[in-house]
Amino acid sequence: MRFAVGDAVRTSGRDPDHHYRVPRYLRGKRGRIEAVHAAFPLADARAAGDPSPPVETLYTVAFAGGEVWAEGAEPNTVYHAELWESYLVPADAAS
Amino acid sequence: MSDHEHDHMEHDHPHDHGSPAVVMTARVNALIGALESRGIVQDAEVTAVLERFLAAAGPSNGARIVARAWADPAYRGLLLDDANAAIAQLGLDMSHWAPVSLRVVENTQRAHNIVVCTLCSCYPIALLGPAPQWYKSEAYRSRVVREPRAVLHEFGITVPDDREVRVWDSTAELRYLVLPQRPPHSDDWDEARLMQAVTRDALIGVAL
Repeated sequence: MRFAVGDAVRTSGRDPDHHYRVPRYLRGKRGRIEAVHAAFPLADARAAGDPSPPVETLYTVAFAGGEVWAEGAEPNTVYHAELWESYLVPADAAS
Repeated sequence: MSDHEHDHMEHDHPHDHGSPAVVMTARVNALIGALESRGIVQDAEVTAVLERFLAAAGPSNGARIVARAWADPAYRGLLLDDANAAIAQLGLDMSHWAPVSLRVVENTQRAHNIVVCTLCSCYPIALLGPAPQWYKSEAYRSRVVREPRAVLHEFGITVPDDREVRVWDSTAELRYLVLPQRPPHSDDWDEARLMQAVTRDALIGVAL
């Protein structure tokens, strides 16, 4: 487990051509770890038919509306998604 | 089951021809056909499994959970902390082919919660029954993350700006249920009456 509740993280901005569970509206966005869940097999590898997919910690990450939609955001909105560890880097990591 | 699914896709999603859902339906039908032709399963068995699951799956399950949480503060605490354990106390189980983690999110004077699956149509079927068509529509799935307050307004709810709107996108292993606020002036209601006050839409977060 790499992250703890409250940690500032950023989602990968990757746009792979395979199954991938970071919704486009949350790619390359900064958020905070809101909850740490159990480890689950990575959906990308499962979808590719990998018989022994990597098992990674799953996190709920909270994103402020303004981070997601900039000045077009509605007031006082927060978005949450469940994201596997390899989708995330520390918020201050180099791009 | 296969014929039903086929009809469902053909008639309820006229705009979805060639979409991944239609392709998947065709693949599932082909798989079931192959299993049947080899004598591995019978169509009746598949139908029976689905019917057993769906007969036990409906919004009255969600309403029971909410009514208990309104009536019993200790149960409410457990529900918010470990929803799977809490619903097990009522004899309910999220699982069908694999274990499913449930998370219950609570509406308060400070926050309103709303659930979506932007990537497909993940939904707590065991607790609410099959998802309504609008929940699976591209319009709901795309707009509720772009302008949740506007979408809520169209459902008849105006959330004050000082009340946070929390959108829960079911992108992976969790399913969500909204715990609505208890109706006003309901202090002397028993659980049966409280249950009557719970709607499916409130458990998704598009009604109060």
